[in-house]
Amino acid sequence: MQEVFNIFIKSIFIDNMVFAYFLGMCSYLAVSKTVKTSVGLGVAVIFVLGITVPVDYLLNDYVLKAGALAWLDPAFASADLSFLSFIIFIAVIASMVQLVEMVVEKFSPSLYSSLGIFLPLIAVNCAILGGSLFMQERDYQSLAQATSFGVGSGVGWFLAIVGIAAIREKIRYSNVPPALRGLGITFILTGLMGIAFMSFLGIKL
Amino acid sequence: MSEERQEREPLFSAKNLKLVKGPINLNNPITVQVLGICSALAVTAKMKPAIVMTISVMVVLAASNVVISIMRNGIPPRIRIIVQLVVIATMVILVDQVLKAFLYDISKQLSVFVGLIITNCILMGRLEAFAMSNKPWPAFMDGIGNALGYGLILIAVSFLRELFGSGTLLGLQIVPPGFYHFGYVNNGLMILPPMALITVGVIIWVQRYYHRDLIENN
Repeated sequence: MQEVFNIFIKSIFIDNMVFAYFLGMCSYLAVSKTVKTSVGLGVAVIFVLGITVPVDYLLNDYVLKAGALAWLDPAFASADLSFLSFIIFIAVIASMVQLVEMVVEKFSPSLYSSLGIFLPLIAVNCAILGGSLFMQERDYQSLAQATSFGVGSGVGWFLAIVGIAAIREKIRYSNVPPALRGLGITFILTGLMGIAFMSFLGIKL
Repeated sequence: MSEERQEREPLFSAKNLKLVKGPINLNNPITVQVLGICSALAVTAKMKPAIVMTISVMVVLAASNVVISIMRNGIPPRIRIIVQLVVIATMVILVDQVLKAFLYDISKQLSVFVGLIITNCILMGRLEAFAMSNKPWPAFMDGIGNALGYGLILIAVSFLRELFGSGTLLGLQIVPPGFYHFGYVNNGLMILPPMALITVGVIIWVQRYYHRDLIENN
């Protein structure tokens, strides 16, 4: 239990998706102009990461890993399908995004209208595929650990995009050198935020 | 006969060459189109992985541009994203297996970022914007050009980070060992992730300073 909680805290602060691995930078830069839209996208990312990482964990454990197919028939014990993991993970992500979209539309039209445009965008957000690939690489031991990693990474990404959106809203009133306006200053700000987040490195979990 | 020949565009016509040159500077995928930043920043602490990454992206981008361009009239518009993802994922698996077989160390260093070429926005962006509406040869040139523009930034960033962060280039010692006796210290900050962002920010600053029309208003 403690391990699960540690993974959660670690994936939010220490191994933050944006500041430590630069994942999901494209939508991070494109959608961070106002706080409101970035909150919408951030929630959608938490949602999708929280679903796809556990699903991909189960697939990895029972289908893709070397010897994972042994439960089907002892003859498959030598099969290693891990080279297929990219294509399986991306298929899971694309279909999960579609599924989440349909479920949200059915049960919560208000949430759907606020997330609407962002949900399809998420299928090609590197943070989502990155979450699944890190899960595979770090070899989490149980479904609970994989889930807490997924949700934690989503929360970390949410914090990052809401933070930068708030700064960008304020920086509109300051006098940035013309050539640095827009993209340039956003990069530098993200770098500075990354340095601030590095202070969490001292936490030993 | 001679007229007919004139109508056929030569392989390296000015228009096709422009497809390669444009993305290197004025239409750079990273600094101007804002595509493919995720992987660009993560692999630039050293030059060697950056170069391998550039070559991988070039192979995947050129190959999938050509494949999609050949199939462009047969893809139903509603499922084109899935078709594109499958083509890209197949190419990435090929590249990943080749790297694992021949460059195992670097493939370990790049870790998940080879797989993340799949969701690299450059690929989807170029397939949507160019390959879906152009013939295979221009699509190939466009792929090479965009990968070069991407690689140029990657190599520039990794050059600066490796030189100042470790005092080496491609693993060879560049800063003379004598300097360290006089108190020269490698800047450890350059190796850390945040400096990649700041270096790209400064590159964008320099580029926009010389190309005023790229400046954004707000």
